[in-house]
Amino acid sequence: MSAAAGKRHPGLWRRHSPREIVIGWLWVLAVAAASVWSVSALDIEWLFFQDAHEQAADLASRMWPPRWSYLPQIIAPMIETIHIATLGTAIAVVLSLPLAFLAARNTTANGFTWAVGRGLLVASRSVNTVIWGLLFVAIFGPGPLAGIAAVAARSVGFLAKLVAEAIEEAGRGPIEAIESTGAGTLQVYLVGILPQVLPVLIGTTVYRWDINVRESSVLGFVGAGGIGIYLFASINQFAWQQVLVVLIAILAIVVASEAISAYIRARIS
Amino acid sequence: MSAIYPTAWRPPPFFGTRTRQRLVIGAALAYLVWSVSTLNVDANRALAGFGRALDLLARMLPPDFSRWELLVKGMKESLQMAFAATLAGVVLSLPLGIAAARNLAPRPVYLAARGLIVVGRTFHEVVIAIFFVKLFGFGPVAGLLTLAFASVIFLGKMLAEDIENVRSGPIEAVRATGAGFGQLVVYAVVPQVLTRTVGTAIYRLDANVRHSTIVGIVGAGGIGQTLSASFSRYDHDFAAAILLGIIALVALGEWLSDWVRRRLR
Repeated sequence: MSAAAGKRHPGLWRRHSPREIVIGWLWVLAVAAASVWSVSALDIEWLFFQDAHEQAADLASRMWPPRWSYLPQIIAPMIETIHIATLGTAIAVVLSLPLAFLAARNTTANGFTWAVGRGLLVASRSVNTVIWGLLFVAIFGPGPLAGIAAVAARSVGFLAKLVAEAIEEAGRGPIEAIESTGAGTLQVYLVGILPQVLPVLIGTTVYRWDINVRESSVLGFVGAGGIGIYLFASINQFAWQQVLVVLIAILAIVVASEAISAYIRARIS
Repeated sequence: MSAIYPTAWRPPPFFGTRTRQRLVIGAALAYLVWSVSTLNVDANRALAGFGRALDLLARMLPPDFSRWELLVKGMKESLQMAFAATLAGVVLSLPLGIAAARNLAPRPVYLAARGLIVVGRTFHEVVIAIFFVKLFGFGPVAGLLTLAFASVIFLGKMLAEDIENVRSGPIEAVRATGAGFGQLVVYAVVPQVLTRTVGTAIYRLDANVRHSTIVGIVGAGGIGQTLSASFSRYDHDFAAAILLGIIALVALGEWLSDWVRRRLR
């Protein structure tokens, strides 16, 4: 009797049931197995780690002091970097609106167009800006044009996904009100839905712009314009004091764009 | 009378007043003219690009999957880099996150940790990868360290924000029992931030899979290295196969990460 009661009422409080504990440990085991697999298969040469701190110290001593006389040469590329980000984002905004309406369940024409819209979203978002840069350099040749196209191609999917979600959540009231006035489909979209998703569109655009400034700083590595070309060239010439100047310049524009973006988003919401 | 009541409806201005709206639009147009003129974009080259895009597309189709072993090897390397980097990131972000939380860390430690986060977040993964390639040579180790560094900074920032948002009740209660700093963290902070931290870590795993596809551009291993090599050899149909592989990998990673994070909530 007392043994049965003891079974039903354990003397010690435990947070998890035995089953939960087993499942928890299985997760831990799975994570451990995955990490062992990934670390062992990478063939890490641990010898390199032994003198890494000396190498790093050596690099740091070569970088110091920054060669400020290089700064005037990189002012124009810095501005170009911001232009690439801004123009790319602007093109993305224009293209993302029709794509968002295509990829939102409630505004797309039929199942096929929805699948096309979703497919474009996934393709745009899954390919990194730098890889888009690689593609567009092959198309437009090296230069900022390829960079703008790359930024736009990556951002379209990002913006359209969030705007499509906003369209799916748009209130029925305004849409029905506009429909009852006898408006056509396009008018319903422009007057009934667009104003509802505009805050989302503007917020994500500003947020994406700030990400794009960072992305544009490396587009030069694949020849797509901006300050990245100068960073890459300085590294290849082992001109480490110039590298430090470029890094400080990138730090300045990225921090500034982040601050601007945060300020605007705080004003909107 | 008709002058007072407008006969046609006009949508309300978005930027407050109509004058302000005109100013914003005017400024945007002026910026457009200025930026396009300083970039000296060649219109002929832009137009020629459309023809070349078709040409490139023709050379990419059909994608050539005959060297799939190379493709699978690169993708496997990317995935391994992402896994290992996320794990290292989670472990190392714990001290950084605690140090960067205003409510737990002493002022100088807090400022130092926040400074590290601001500087570390600024640089794109590719820039960081260049330095690790210089220090550790070409190959996935440099990529792994790059992703790990970026993960530590990102996860540290998110953890710090989660810790700053915890309710102070449990902290005061545990502190009142005379607990030390370690006990305070384990019994008052961890239970409040654990679920969110696991969610962020899974999100970062997804982000690491994305970024593992590009660090190869500067020689830090993974599928990006294979892609970059095939592009520079004008091996466009293999490049198309790699691109499709990347899209599939990233889309799958995002879907899995969304699914797990939905389950966590």
